[in-house]
Amino acid sequence: MAASTPTLAAPRSPRRARRPNTELYSWVFMRASGALLLILIFVHLFTNLVSGGGVSAIDFGFVAGKWAKPVWQVWDLLILWLAMIHGANGLRTIINDYATRTGTRLTLMGLLAVAFAVVVVLGTLVIFTFSPCPPGAPADLLPSFCTAG
Amino acid sequence: MPEAPAGTLYRGREGMWSWVAHRVTGFLIFFFLLVHVLDTSLVRVSPEAYNAVIGTYKNPIMGLGEAGLVAAVVYHALNGVRVMLVDFWSRGTRYQRQMTWIVVALFVILMAGFLPVHLGNVFGGE
Ligand code: HEM
Repeated sequence: MAASTPTLAAPRSPRRARRPNTELYSWVFMRASGALLLILIFVHLFTNLVSGGGVSAIDFGFVAGKWAKPVWQVWDLLILWLAMIHGANGLRTIINDYATRTGTRLTLMGLLAVAFAVVVVLGTLVIFTFSPCPPGAPADLLPSFCTAG
Repeated sequence: MPEAPAGTLYRGREGMWSWVAHRVTGFLIFFFLLVHVLDTSLVRVSPEAYNAVIGTYKNPIMGLGEAGLVAAVVYHALNGVRVMLVDFWSRGTRYQRQMTWIVVALFVILMAGFLPVHLGNVFGGE
């Protein structure tokens, strides 16, 4: 054989399809959303259950008073979205762990997807189309600013 | 010779039980959240409909259930921080057992602050 080196195709390392690493993103998301939810949910629990009259003070007027302020609309919207994605993603892990039969797993994933979509869409619509002073409602059930001025 | 375990049950100690509790609480909170969004959506129906349903949250049995849910959220949140420390702090795995007990201690402190206020509202009456 002459002293010619055979030409080899470039790197010998195993070739993996270049696709996004979804499970890694899911792992990172659980931690990032968890950190945000900690603040969002602890403040939510404090304002609704501890400060003021706690549960006994929650009624339409209380919710309307909060959602009349954009900051609480955004706050609750963030909890809704982050907690639903975080929780549904966590449930996906749990389903994958225990539902070993393909049929069972697909059924449960389908139910999870439907529950997720219904609750996120409904909750988002409620937060944004909500009126704190619905016309025709008895004034004593509404927040005080509905009747003032 | 290491001592043979008395049983065959896997005993993962603090690390295993904190994981079991994290999973159970995450599961419970998710289903509560579904219900919670549905009942809150009644504000869009009418003030009367919302007040009627939220009124049922104010009886003692629901009040205790809420206390349980708050406990689930508080544990899940604190242990979530522990999980992140195990993952990202260089000594996290070495101290995971101690951190479980710190989570338990913080949980007890937070619940000791919350329960008297909440149960006072539930059972205090007007
Ligand atoms: C309050 C702040 C929260 C924090 C700090 C937090 C933290 C975490 C973390 C770090 C994980 C990943 C655990 C792992 O990969 O081993 C996780 C899993 C999970 N979380 Fe949360 N979370 C919070 C709120 C919630 C809420 C509101 C829900 C329900 C809607 C929820 C449901 C779940 C579920 C179902 C899992 C999967 C459990 C498993 O795989 O065993 N979490 N959480």
